Amino acid sequence: MTTIPAEKKWLSQLQSLYDSILGRRWLLPVLLVLGLILSFAIPQFNLVNQYIQLILIYVGINIILTTSLNLINGYMGEFSVGHAGFMAVGAYISSILTTQVLPDAWLAWSFPLVVIAGGLGAALIGLVVAIPSFKTRGDYLAIVTLAFLMIVKSVIENIDAIGGPRGIPGIARLTTLPWTYFWTVAAVWVIRNLIYSRFGRGVLSIREDEIASDLMSVNTRQVKLLAFVISSFFAGVAGALFAHVLQFISPRVFDIIKSTDILIMVYLGGIGSLMGSILGATIYTVLLEVLRPLGMWRMVLMPLVLVLLMIYRPRGILGMREFRWFVPLQDLLGARQWRKKKEASDAAAS
Amino acid sequence: MLLQAKNVSHFFGGLCAVSDFDLEIEEGELVGLIGPNGAGKTTVFNLITGVYRASRGNILFKGTELVGKTSNQITDLGIARTFQNIRLFKDLSVLDNVRVAQYAQVGYTPWEALFHIGRYLPEENRLIDQAMQLLAVFKLENYADEQAINLPYGQQRRLEIARALATHPSLLLLDEPAAGMNPNEILQLMEFIGWIRKEFHLTILLIEHQMRLVMGICERIKVLDFGATIAEGVPEAIQNNPKVLEAYLGVGGEA
Repeated sequence: MTTIPAEKKWLSQLQSLYDSILGRRWLLPVLLVLGLILSFAIPQFNLVNQYIQLILIYVGINIILTTSLNLINGYMGEFSVGHAGFMAVGAYISSILTTQVLPDAWLAWSFPLVVIAGGLGAALIGLVVAIPSFKTRGDYLAIVTLAFLMIVKSVIENIDAIGGPRGIPGIARLTTLPWTYFWTVAAVWVIRNLIYSRFGRGVLSIREDEIASDLMSVNTRQVKLLAFVISSFFAGVAGALFAHVLQFISPRVFDIIKSTDILIMVYLGGIGSLMGSILGATIYTVLLEVLRPLGMWRMVLMPLVLVLLMIYRPRGILGMREFRWFVPLQDLLGARQWRKKKEASDAAAS
Repeated sequence: MLLQAKNVSHFFGGLCAVSDFDLEIEEGELVGLIGPNGAGKTTVFNLITGVYRASRGNILFKGTELVGKTSNQITDLGIARTFQNIRLFKDLSVLDNVRVAQYAQVGYTPWEALFHIGRYLPEENRLIDQAMQLLAVFKLENYADEQAINLPYGQQRRLEIARALATHPSLLLLDEPAAGMNPNEILQLMEFIGWIRKEFHLTILLIEHQMRLVMGICERIKVLDFGATIAEGVPEAIQNNPKVLEAYLGVGGEA
């Protein structure tokens, strides 16, 4: 009997600690700067071994992929399985630039531009894929994105100049921890900004009820274009980073399995949540590495975890709930502040 | 003339849902659209608001042709509506439901939105202020952060009207606003409709089965049956029109 109150006390203490941390929003920029410093310090002073550094880079890339796919699948409520296709476009454009176009001496300083080029290329393709989404939804759009993925793969396989099915070997290892960190933060920040704007509310309303959304003056075509362009831009960025850490790409790297991996991370972390995507990508990537000693059995265990998750927590770890620090202040407090102001003015009037 | 529908017909495959529909609404009027179930009333709303594209005919709003325009373009011109079965954005907050409808009134570009720069913050604050004022009119300001789905039924109905008004319409289409309400609530709703009409300078077209409401507040009534207009006129005339009685009660009724 005595243990229960003690436990409760301990839990409530933890809760109040968590709340007091959440109340200190200034910690977020501090942590971001700390992360930036760490991202430089870790490779510089070899704070952790090469293997763990590599995993950190993959975690970053997967966070970019997961948040960008969450924009389409979680926030907009569509079902895209073509994310690996956008990734492929970014990976190929950037790899062609670094292996065939740019002279070796330029590589170090031009890498950020190369990554942006990969992202822009993917965004352009995203613009094209958005057009069928004007008319089709749900399962049908999933088939369209699946077809898109197949098209990308077979186009690459049939162009000999970019290696065809053999792919591009010998890509310089230009993806560093600081660049991965920068792009991860940029992706989460930009997508978060989009969500907490009129366009983001348009994206959400399309998920909730597309016809009602159109009737409430939301320009659904504009919103869909924007969502697809932003999502595919960051998929392309992730592809470029991925190619320059793996140092070898081929069409087989970007098949439906890759898309499935990203989907799993999205639904594991939770749809409609940026923190969910960050957690989902981190947990999935790290868990796969931790379970590596199990060999073949890890591919049995992981799906089992997912099945259990879908049964007991169908919306994922943080489905539809957002970490408070990510929500802009006016969204968090706007209504409350308005009520307070009104009370004050009412009191003054009477 | 605010709204003018001329010879509008609509077919679903071979089925004629609306045939040769004519409607003229003057600014400031409150017009009722009634008829038995399946008469094509909601289809008329869907044609006006661009959910369906009329197979034949013209619909003019303030002289602009609506047939062929998308729903959001039509809403931008000043037509807003509610739905027969409430269609709120269920998982969004009450405040966000209203803010979605402000989409066309925001003065910042995608770039400003992506980086939260320039006019983003002042505009967002202005919109929250406007949305909260609107919610206060509907006595919903204290539920602003609640999920829309968690509101009781009556408040969901009110929120739907608030959301429609957030698009700044001049013509409001109400699709069975009294559905599921008891006589007392209907009386309140009648008062309320009259009040928002004055307050927001609205012209209203409403579909309703509750005769008490229709006869009580509509200045003019149009009766549809099987897609065709069978009667039109002031409430008293409609009440005694044999064709209307026939449509509702069947041929040879004692009434």
